[in-house]
Amino acid sequence: MHFLLLFSRQGRLRLQKWFTPTPEREKKKIIRDMTAMVLARKPKTCNFLHWMDLKVVYKRYASLFFCLAIDDQENELLALEILHRYVELLDKYFGNVCELDIIFNFEKAYFILDEFLIGGEVQETSKQTVARCIEASDMLQEVNVFNVLSTLACC
Amino acid sequence: MSDVVERTLTALPSLLSSDPSPGRPSSTSKLGTLIRGITELTSKHDEEKLIQRELVSIKEQVSSPNTTMRQMKELMVRAVYCEMLGYEASFSYIHAIKLAQQGTALDKRVGYLAVSLFLNESHELLLLLVNTVLKDLQSTNLIEVCMALTVVGQVFPKDMIPAILPMVEEKLNHPKEIIRRKAVLALYKFYLIAPNQVQHIHSKFRKALCDKDPGVMSASLHIYLEMVTEKPESYKDLVVSFVTILKQVVGGKLPIDFNYHSVPAPWLQIQLLRILSLLGKNDRSTSEMMYEVLDESLRRAEMNHNITYAILFECVKTIYTIHPKAELLEKAAKCIGNFVLSPKINLKYLGLKALTYVVQQDANLALQHQMTIIECLDHADLIIKRETLELLFRITNGQNVKVIVEKLLEFLRHSKDDYVTIDLGGKVTELAEKYAPDNSWFIRTMNTVFLLVGDQMQPDIPNSFLRLLSEGFESAEEDQQLRLLAVDSYVSLLQEQPARLPQRFLQVISWVLGEYSSVKEGLEPATVLRLLAPLLDLRHCSSETKSWVLAAMTKLSAGPACLSVAQELAERHGGSLDTTLRQRLHELQHLASDGELLRRVLPCSDGLEPLEVDSTLSFLDGFVSEALAAGAAPYKPPHQRQEELAQEKALSVEPYGLSLPLSLSSSSIAGRLSPTVLSMSSGLSGNSTELSPKGGSALRLEGVTRVWGKEGYLAKAALKPEEAAKTEVPCPLSVLQEGGSAPRTPVVSLPAPAPGPSLQAEREKQQLASCLFMGLGSQGAAGPCLMGKAEPTRHGFRKKVKGQGSSSGARGPSGDSASSSPSPLSAQSAMDNLLCSSPLDSGSTPSPADSAPSPADSAPSPADSATSPADPAPHLPHDLPANNRPCDAQEDLTEDTDTSETVVEGNSVAVVDPYDPEPLCLSPHLPEELCGLPRSEIRPLCRDASLVLSACCVRTDHSSLLVVFVSNASDSAARRFALQMTSGDLEVSRVRGGPEEEEEHVEGHSVAVYQYSLVPTRPSVHMELAGRASYQRPDGEPQSTPFSYGLSLPDFIRPLSVSTEEYGRLWLASSNDIKQNLALLSQEPDPLRATLHRLRDRLQLNVVDIIASEGIVACQLLQGPPCLMHCRLNAGCLAVWLRSSLPELPDCLLYHCQRALAQH
Repeated sequence: MHFLLLFSRQGRLRLQKWFTPTPEREKKKIIRDMTAMVLARKPKTCNFLHWMDLKVVYKRYASLFFCLAIDDQENELLALEILHRYVELLDKYFGNVCELDIIFNFEKAYFILDEFLIGGEVQETSKQTVARCIEASDMLQEVNVFNVLSTLACC
Repeated sequence: MSDVVERTLTALPSLLSSDPSPGRPSSTSKLGTLIRGITELTSKHDEEKLIQRELVSIKEQVSSPNTTMRQMKELMVRAVYCEMLGYEASFSYIHAIKLAQQGTALDKRVGYLAVSLFLNESHELLLLLVNTVLKDLQSTNLIEVCMALTVVGQVFPKDMIPAILPMVEEKLNHPKEIIRRKAVLALYKFYLIAPNQVQHIHSKFRKALCDKDPGVMSASLHIYLEMVTEKPESYKDLVVSFVTILKQVVGGKLPIDFNYHSVPAPWLQIQLLRILSLLGKNDRSTSEMMYEVLDESLRRAEMNHNITYAILFECVKTIYTIHPKAELLEKAAKCIGNFVLSPKINLKYLGLKALTYVVQQDANLALQHQMTIIECLDHADLIIKRETLELLFRITNGQNVKVIVEKLLEFLRHSKDDYVTIDLGGKVTELAEKYAPDNSWFIRTMNTVFLLVGDQMQPDIPNSFLRLLSEGFESAEEDQQLRLLAVDSYVSLLQEQPARLPQRFLQVISWVLGEYSSVKEGLEPATVLRLLAPLLDLRHCSSETKSWVLAAMTKLSAGPACLSVAQELAERHGGSLDTTLRQRLHELQHLASDGELLRRVLPCSDGLEPLEVDSTLSFLDGFVSEALAAGAAPYKPPHQRQEELAQEKALSVEPYGLSLPLSLSSSSIAGRLSPTVLSMSSGLSGNSTELSPKGGSALRLEGVTRVWGKEGYLAKAALKPEEAAKTEVPCPLSVLQEGGSAPRTPVVSLPAPAPGPSLQAEREKQQLASCLFMGLGSQGAAGPCLMGKAEPTRHGFRKKVKGQGSSSGARGPSGDSASSSPSPLSAQSAMDNLLCSSPLDSGSTPSPADSAPSPADSAPSPADSATSPADPAPHLPHDLPANNRPCDAQEDLTEDTDTSETVVEGNSVAVVDPYDPEPLCLSPHLPEELCGLPRSEIRPLCRDASLVLSACCVRTDHSSLLVVFVSNASDSAARRFALQMTSGDLEVSRVRGGPEEEEEHVEGHSVAVYQYSLVPTRPSVHMELAGRASYQRPDGEPQSTPFSYGLSLPDFIRPLSVSTEEYGRLWLASSNDIKQNLALLSQEPDPLRATLHRLRDRLQLNVVDIIASEGIVACQLLQGPPCLMHCRLNAGCLAVWLRSSLPELPDCLLYHCQRALAQH
């Protein structure tokens, strides 16, 4: 995996995660290219794209496009399911997730992502485990450490 | 347990009082205000103003001492948001680190997140994070440990890995699985960025693999996938474990928690399948262990969901990668069929991708789906179309090449993506060179490629094209025809609209016209000159192109008519600011007026006699000594100058470091062919790099046989085309059997087409299908379904890897196998093909001459004389007796698939066990001048019935030499002996022997010694040299044996003698550093000195100075940059700090230091 981008139908970036070190200029170019390419796709076309020597797998959920770049030899369908699993996780956390949730709580979306993918690899595929981790960390906010530890113990 | 979670979940909203409901935007937050503010704006300009204002306010607040950590957290989130919108907020980076350091757990989390989003691995601020991570790793709060491990798994400075490595290792034993899992992933990250540093914990990876928690176990698979890819043979013992795990997963033994849409742990399954495919590749016994579980996987994945298709796809890939089993292949083929025929477009795409992957082994599969493929070719989705073209590219052969290339060009015409254009341009060229049915088609196709791809083209395309034209192949008539066609088409192109031609094409055109316009009768040189002259006036014409044009004109400038053109040009462009241009104009003018001189400078020869060039430039010795006497500075090679420059400026100037070898080889081109060596005054400059005019390197004739190497003249190039004609002549028997009718492939039977207009369309498609799949059909006719066959087929259309062409060269008459770079040889084979396939054009009406397309007929090369002339059916190689094999089977020996097996049965050559303890008394044969030098043990390389090859590596001060001993124990001589060696990490060139005879013999009962100079192109811990020895037995049977030789970095390390002051300067000039603690030889009385001396003796390092508890050591990579080491005694170990201008060097050297100190 090389990067994950979330952007709206208007091409506005909502979330970006780079799994391989990429220079700033290159990032901007990629974001520009990706939004242009993905938004230009017609309906009933496949969810895969070529970009340089990478494969780009994208999927639209409501008004948001999720777009993941992988190596050529990786499995495109699996990448598509990674996107889907991420959406499921967001949905579980926010409860009926919509674009606004991700806009206003984008740091939460990042936390969830970090529990799911790390360094470009799938870290945890169990939905429950990811959710538990996030909740355990969230509870730090107000609850004392003892409570948190007891939640973590369930992980 | 889940009850607890549920309860916690429901209680959550009330707990999080500051953030009333987890999902909904909080209207009061500043971030909310900012976001709403942005969405209300309409213009980009307003947005920019707003964000700038926002950034100013954030900046103010973060630097204010009164800001609490809680506010800081909020500010960080806003800064991250601004960065996401593309506005720089670099001032906040340091505060993100501070937040991670000082905040409470929740603030910390935001701090870490901001760090991982802001900084990349090489950012210097990241060093400040190390302490924080260290502290959090030791924390008793699990969440803090989790956070630290998460950030480590994303970004961490490579040099600081040793600092936290023990701590992360310790976490592998943590009672909580989440911590263990994150620790494994952190180690995976370390493995990716610095594999040498985690080498010692491989056993712990195994423990992680056996972890009782499936999450930890699947995390460890990431590391295994990486390690197995690198070195599959080391992990064969784990196959059983992987298979068992997969079996359990497939059988649904994992907790239901890991199911994804009721499929058990699909990610885990796919990861395992990938690992298995790597392990089972070319390994029969290992593959056999997997068959059962693969079958099970295929059977279980029945559900109609994307994720099952993903698993199926991976299964199919694995089945086609490992040692084949008929039954499984059949099932896999069926699977692919389902994909291709699926109405779901994503599956169709994947089906095509699988076909592309599989078709090299089983072309029949493509044949079965030909109608679908045709449909995909016209698909509205360009991505599907492109994937289809990729597939067609793989099934191209001599018969369908025209249609397929036409399809590719059509796509190329409409492509707007540069990357696609370049890629397809390369593919068309490859096909054209390999399968061109006739000369005029070839020239036309190449013209289109040059026009369409334009200047983005990879430079090797024009290079190999020109080489093809200049070297030709064995029939002089064909060569002339090809050149004539080229000249013809270029003349007409220039007459039309030269302004629209791309630069690269103009260069090719001018070179060809300069060289070959004499081929066309009736074409006056003056006419050509008049065509070329206007090119100099073109505004977009680069000065490099102008040099090419002028060089071409110079070659043509004979006769009075030309003189007037030359003079006219000189007047018009004489005032140009470009000195190269002026110089060339001057030359042109001069040579045009002096016909005698012109003939001497540019002798017009038909052949390609390489021009004798005095590479040492000895004729300049007088000039040099005079200049030196007059006080000029002595010459320094560029790399030395560079180093000095670096010392002066203390700035890293690495990107220029590699220029020397390239420019040297660029000028090593045969004869008058190159316009780059025409500069008359180049000798005066006294700098060999000046030989090529500026920019000239952009169109280097790389493909040309290398006559000159670093050491001077290497060997005379064998310019005769080597053994030609592969039996891949795609002229299947069926053509003849069908009595001359056009070969037709069995078209898939379609349901009776509906009458009406669709009938016509259907027919067209079928026609297209028969064109596209021509040549594949003969295969189907050759026997029953080939799916189950045990070996990959040896088709003519099998794509050749470029580098592998080189090994075929060893069997040819060319003597200097080592000095020729691989690419010319592959071009050579492409030429052979071009020739072979040309008679095919008349394939439909076979003339008597054409009807026996035997390799021996079309290629009277000595290597082939033994091959049986009869069988033109290359698709059944294993039916032929081994020694009757057509030469393409020989060709395939170089393919890595079943090399050793075939070698043994086919040629009775056994690959020697490298540990064969046979005593060797070869040292007396070592050349005198090398006797006293340090060298490695003489190791056997390979052996067959008559020859034994051994080698050792000798270190001289300025080079590393591989000395190969070839001892012939039999009575008869081994004729045409040739050695061919290649390596990814090393540059190999033959040293001794001067101009070689074309054929070398190793007499009976004698030992021949070959020397090769090795120069590392990039440092790595171990370097592998792959080679092939080939010769002819007395009975004429060609023999060929592969071997390999491993070298390690110390073979290329030399002591660097510098003074302490110089060392200091060098130290400051080097940039890439790495620190680590090494074991100390603590038993010795003076541990530091003893340790350093051990390093000196083992690794040829120079101990520059030892002062109290510190020591400085210097060494140098052979013909490369220095590497410096600073050592200090620190708490019972040796803290070393390495620096070099080459990034990989310190890492690799450190590894060997560890090794040297570990051995006692």
